[in-house]
Amino acid sequence: MSALREIEFRDALREAMTEEMRRDQRVFLLGEEVAHYNGAYKVSKGMLDEFGPRRIIDTPISESGFAGLAIGAAMQGLRPIVEFMSWSFSLVAADPILNNAPKMLYMSGGQFGCPVVFRGNDGAGGQLGSTHSWCVEGMYSNVPGLKMAIPATPDDAKGLLKTAIRDDDPVFFLESERMLGMKGHVPEGEEILVPFGQGRIRRAGADCTIATWGRPVHFALEAAEALAKEGIDCEVIDLRTIRPLDIGSVVRSVKKTSTCVVVDQSWSFGSPGSELAAQVHKHCFDDLDNFVHRVHTADVPAPYAYNLEQEYLPNARKICEAVRAATYNA
Amino acid sequence: MPIKTVLTAEIENVSILDAEGRFDEKLGKGLIPDADLVKLYGHMCTCRHLDEVAFKLQRSGRMGTYPQNMGQEAASLGAAYALNNDDWLVTCYRENCGLFWRGVPMESILLHWMGDERGNAMPRQHHATPIAVPIGTQMLHATGLAWAAKYRGEKRIACTFFGDGATSEGDFHEAMNFAANLDIPVVFCCQNNGWAISVPGHIQCSAPTVAQRALAYGMDTIQCDGNDLFAVVHCFRKAIKQARSTGRPFFIEAVTYRLGDHTTADDARRYRDQAEVDAWRARDPILRLRKYMAKRGLWSDAKEQELQAKVEVEVAATVERAEGITSPNRVDFFDHMYAEIPADLALQRDTMQTHGIGQDPSQIEGAVIELPAKEGH
Repeated sequence: MSALREIEFRDALREAMTEEMRRDQRVFLLGEEVAHYNGAYKVSKGMLDEFGPRRIIDTPISESGFAGLAIGAAMQGLRPIVEFMSWSFSLVAADPILNNAPKMLYMSGGQFGCPVVFRGNDGAGGQLGSTHSWCVEGMYSNVPGLKMAIPATPDDAKGLLKTAIRDDDPVFFLESERMLGMKGHVPEGEEILVPFGQGRIRRAGADCTIATWGRPVHFALEAAEALAKEGIDCEVIDLRTIRPLDIGSVVRSVKKTSTCVVVDQSWSFGSPGSELAAQVHKHCFDDLDNFVHRVHTADVPAPYAYNLEQEYLPNARKICEAVRAATYNA
Repeated sequence: MPIKTVLTAEIENVSILDAEGRFDEKLGKGLIPDADLVKLYGHMCTCRHLDEVAFKLQRSGRMGTYPQNMGQEAASLGAAYALNNDDWLVTCYRENCGLFWRGVPMESILLHWMGDERGNAMPRQHHATPIAVPIGTQMLHATGLAWAAKYRGEKRIACTFFGDGATSEGDFHEAMNFAANLDIPVVFCCQNNGWAISVPGHIQCSAPTVAQRALAYGMDTIQCDGNDLFAVVHCFRKAIKQARSTGRPFFIEAVTYRLGDHTTADDARRYRDQAEVDAWRARDPILRLRKYMAKRGLWSDAKEQELQAKVEVEVAATVERAEGITSPNRVDFFDHMYAEIPADLALQRDTMQTHGIGQDPSQIEGAVIELPAKEGH
């Protein structure tokens, strides 16, 4: 059973936290309804039973409060995991998460590290309206001093979260509410640690490189299958972490395919996608047959209506169009 | 059903040595041994002189913006004196005196305000955190530090300082609620100096005291004359004892006044009446302590002259050390970005180029483009 075990994304996250909490007494979880209610999205289900209220802590609805408290605890060497029910709610905690955590080591001249994991749901897709559908990687990845992981599958969710918890720096861990029920193969009883800064080739191909991360990985794979029927063979690279960014894997692929499409579900202006495109242009200037094409969300707030929201996000159709254009097949 | 009263509350105000020199023997006797008192007084004088020198350094272009501590020496000093040295002291920027008592080098503070980050590298043995300049963020850190101590079963508590202006920040309320609600031993001390830069207390909040806000969070609270070292020590001893024994937070409002500007970037004469400032000058914490010590035969003009001469030498040497430090290397700012420097940042450090420039491909070859040893699984 273990070799083929399939579990949900949320179970993978829970396994990562549970295993790390068993392994390291310094690790604890805090956030809104993570204990008695088992988490708004049941990611922490059963963890209160195993670890008790000392290590699984229900907090008041007070994002700045628990983010700031976690920073203080991390300064004294603990390893807090902070669950934001949604990354959208982290906006009220901007001062602790952006102005303190990523700078603490720097501003204290190396005296105080800040090994906190901030994690929660990110991105649109659940018809939650624009205030609850933030894709924070665009804004937050701009800040040096933090690391950012955005897993696309349950096995990576587990392996990246375990790495995040063991990391000595603040890690922003972005999940998707749309993916929590997604099932995938996660071996049982095996230590999975996915190193940061190593992309994963999700599909090998020769004609066009699609570089992406998180939920859009699945849209890219869907697009790649459709394009294969048209004779366009795409290579899909899942970068898995934004900071650090595995530019090497993308460059190697583009040197082979000569075309590149970047898919990023944040707004295009000043986004991880624009950074990636700029780096590809720099490193592959003589290899590219076309400029790097980019698929982002539309430059509007996340719409509430179902059909508009689907159209707002990157999707397989848009990716297909971008690949055709980049490869002169339009 | 009849209308019932669900809460009535009283808040004590503690004064032991008042501005007129009256001393409450019952509360004050034996509170601070004479030998300590002389030491504490000397410490306040040193801090005051450093403050005056720092102001002059700024005015002569030898220092950046500086927030004078003048008039507020007693509160943080009383706290540092009452706390154990391994309790966390989490301050903002008007607690120099307490930090120096802890052993934080004076030149660190000067260095910080001269615009050198090395001034904020507080040696860990002092259990003091870097000076927090954003208003109010440090209260949450103190709560987290104390929570971590509790989590580890240590008896250590945290004490955090902030001004009256910070009590309007959300972080203040969130820290207070967390500390009370999660049973965290933090002593919150508001140095209420009456002014948030140019905004007077009554425009900041309608409540007559800051201390009463603690009641809303189910936290014990007390107000004291913040310019009275005895009252401060009395309140901190009470707060610390209670926090340590119950694991609960405690709130102290130290009523004080900044005799100087908010920082060297503003001119308080433009928004404060001189009469108000003069009245508070008469309530100076140093002045009243000196009078008290003289009355008790612990102090004399000769001793004062001797002290001032010593302080001048000490502060001058401090300034010399702070100004004499070699400028940081331009690559130093990469040093403490991450526990281990990532490859792209190491490249920036080694070439001092930004992502976008890349003018020398040879610097990039073999660095950024270096492929991962192992392809993803």
